[in-house]
Amino acid sequence: MSASILSAAPVALPPSSNFLQRFCRNRTAVVSAVLLLAIVIVAIAAPWLAPHDPAKSSLRAIMRPPTWLHPFGTDDLGRDVLSRLMFASRLSLVASVQAVAIALVIGLPLGLISGYLRGWVDTIIMRLNDALMSFPALILAVVIVGLLGPSLTNAMTAIGLVYAPRIMRVVRGSTLSVREEVYIVAARATGCSDARIVARHVLPNVTGPLVVQATVLMGQALLAEAGLSFLGLGVQPPQASWGAMLGTAFPYMAESPVPTIASGVVISVTVLCFNLIGDGIRDSVGRMRRAGD
Amino acid sequence: MTADRPLLDIKGLTVQFPSPNGFLTVVDDVSFSVGRNDIVCIVGESGSGKSVTTQAAVGLVQPKGGRVTAGSAMFDGQELIGASNRTLNRIRGNDIGFIFQEPMSSLNPAYTVGEQIAEVVRRHRGASRKEAWATAVQALDRVHIASAATRAEAYPHQFSGGMRQRVMIAMAIACGPKLLIADEPTTALDVTIQARILEVLKELQQELGMSVLFITHDLGVVAEIARSVVVMYGAQVVESAPAAQLFAAPRHPYTRGLLEAMPQVALERGHDPIAIPGTVAQAHAWPKGCRFNPRCIYRQDGPCTTGSMPLTAEGAGLLRCAVRPDLSQGVGAL
Repeated sequence: MSASILSAAPVALPPSSNFLQRFCRNRTAVVSAVLLLAIVIVAIAAPWLAPHDPAKSSLRAIMRPPTWLHPFGTDDLGRDVLSRLMFASRLSLVASVQAVAIALVIGLPLGLISGYLRGWVDTIIMRLNDALMSFPALILAVVIVGLLGPSLTNAMTAIGLVYAPRIMRVVRGSTLSVREEVYIVAARATGCSDARIVARHVLPNVTGPLVVQATVLMGQALLAEAGLSFLGLGVQPPQASWGAMLGTAFPYMAESPVPTIASGVVISVTVLCFNLIGDGIRDSVGRMRRAGD
Repeated sequence: MTADRPLLDIKGLTVQFPSPNGFLTVVDDVSFSVGRNDIVCIVGESGSGKSVTTQAAVGLVQPKGGRVTAGSAMFDGQELIGASNRTLNRIRGNDIGFIFQEPMSSLNPAYTVGEQIAEVVRRHRGASRKEAWATAVQALDRVHIASAATRAEAYPHQFSGGMRQRVMIAMAIACGPKLLIADEPTTALDVTIQARILEVLKELQQELGMSVLFITHDLGVVAEIARSVVVMYGAQVVESAPAAQLFAAPRHPYTRGLLEAMPQVALERGHDPIAIPGTVAQAHAWPKGCRFNPRCIYRQDGPCTTGSMPLTAEGAGLLRCAVRPDLSQGVGAL
């Protein structure tokens, strides 16, 4: 068989066993996944794991350095920083999921339609897409939150909107190449309607790149949420996300550095985990592709 | 071959594709028919329009930008040209099975082969998941894939080229079609695999009593399976005849040229294979008159080079030639 025929093998999520095996060989990705899983478990179990009430302030214990009682010290209102970080992880993670979900809900169908139909539909969608992408993500999100009013949901809707074009691009690109595959013509020759071809034959073959992009966006959304909350445009007190905690701790960094550093480290580690997992998935899918037969 | 009207009757089919210089006619006034329980081969060089003809008949060229400007394709009493997508989707995969040239890329890599076959069965037959799966395994068994039940759970990349083509055939016949269109199904495979695929096709044709429309550029394959042959050149049919007659006494100079270029035939007749001089006519620059005339040794200025050459009934077939030279003499005549 000639090389050109072999290289026509398209991107696809391989059978789960093979994919998992390849993913597990990537140590960095596995460590990241385990770490992220731990963070998720802590977030879920926060009410039972947290040593203190995250909202209970104590004016007699303001900005204490770390002790056995308060491992990360206390903040400017005397609240336990560790407990607050645990509870904040719930908001931060849910917010990222929310943003990426919105980006997917908007970007995936538009990408599929744009790539499959092409023509003027594609032109219109892509020009709008270019317009949106020409703004820096965070600036655009700030504008949208400014219009909608500051709240976590609004902030995440804004981030979702801003990230939708990135999902769309990836999906459109993959769709463009998948629609030219012979198996799409073959599907039509077995009597598939266009809708069915897109849902059953195109979609599964764009999931590989899509999962990678979504994972990386999770990290970016987390960072964007932190940024917006840091600026006071996201989560509103008394609730806290990691970004909001960083924002409130930052002015007192000279007197009490631990809360600032702790929030910063948690954010960085989680974002890093998402990115490394994304890389791991990309490589695992990619290797299958290169292996071809 | 008993029925009063043929299973597939294509008449005057003309297809155009857009190009930078306007629309090009890539299939020009093509007519032929496929009877019931029949095996018809369309032969021609690359670009002669043989694939497009069959794809146009079942509505597969429109999504690629092509358009049918004239002609009709009657399938079992139903006009296919201009039929709604809903109608075509009901017929495609159910009454008409399709096999493509590239077995390596004709299967969706995201599903197991069993799932892909079962999907077709479920949609057309309204079968339950279980029944559809059973039919899929049965279809795989029919094309002689060993331990079909286990192999049905494998993904396309776990199959070799020849095996994938078997899977494609299994998918095409799973619903028991009346017509199987095989578009160069053996071209991408090596010779030994080719022979086995042809055996499978012949066997299935007899078992299922379906008709096969086989597209190829390999006359060896034609000799192997065809009952009648349609020869295409430059987007037109130049000759059609029952296979035995075509091989014994070709009437069009192009057909004869193709036969003489075959090593097997040449060897039998005691000469070296003879190449047809010149190159294939291109869609943007068809010669005037007979499209084969620049390469034809029997060309007569006037009848061959002016007007457009009509396709006329000739004995048991059709012929598009103004000169009709006596081709019965041996190679010496060349």
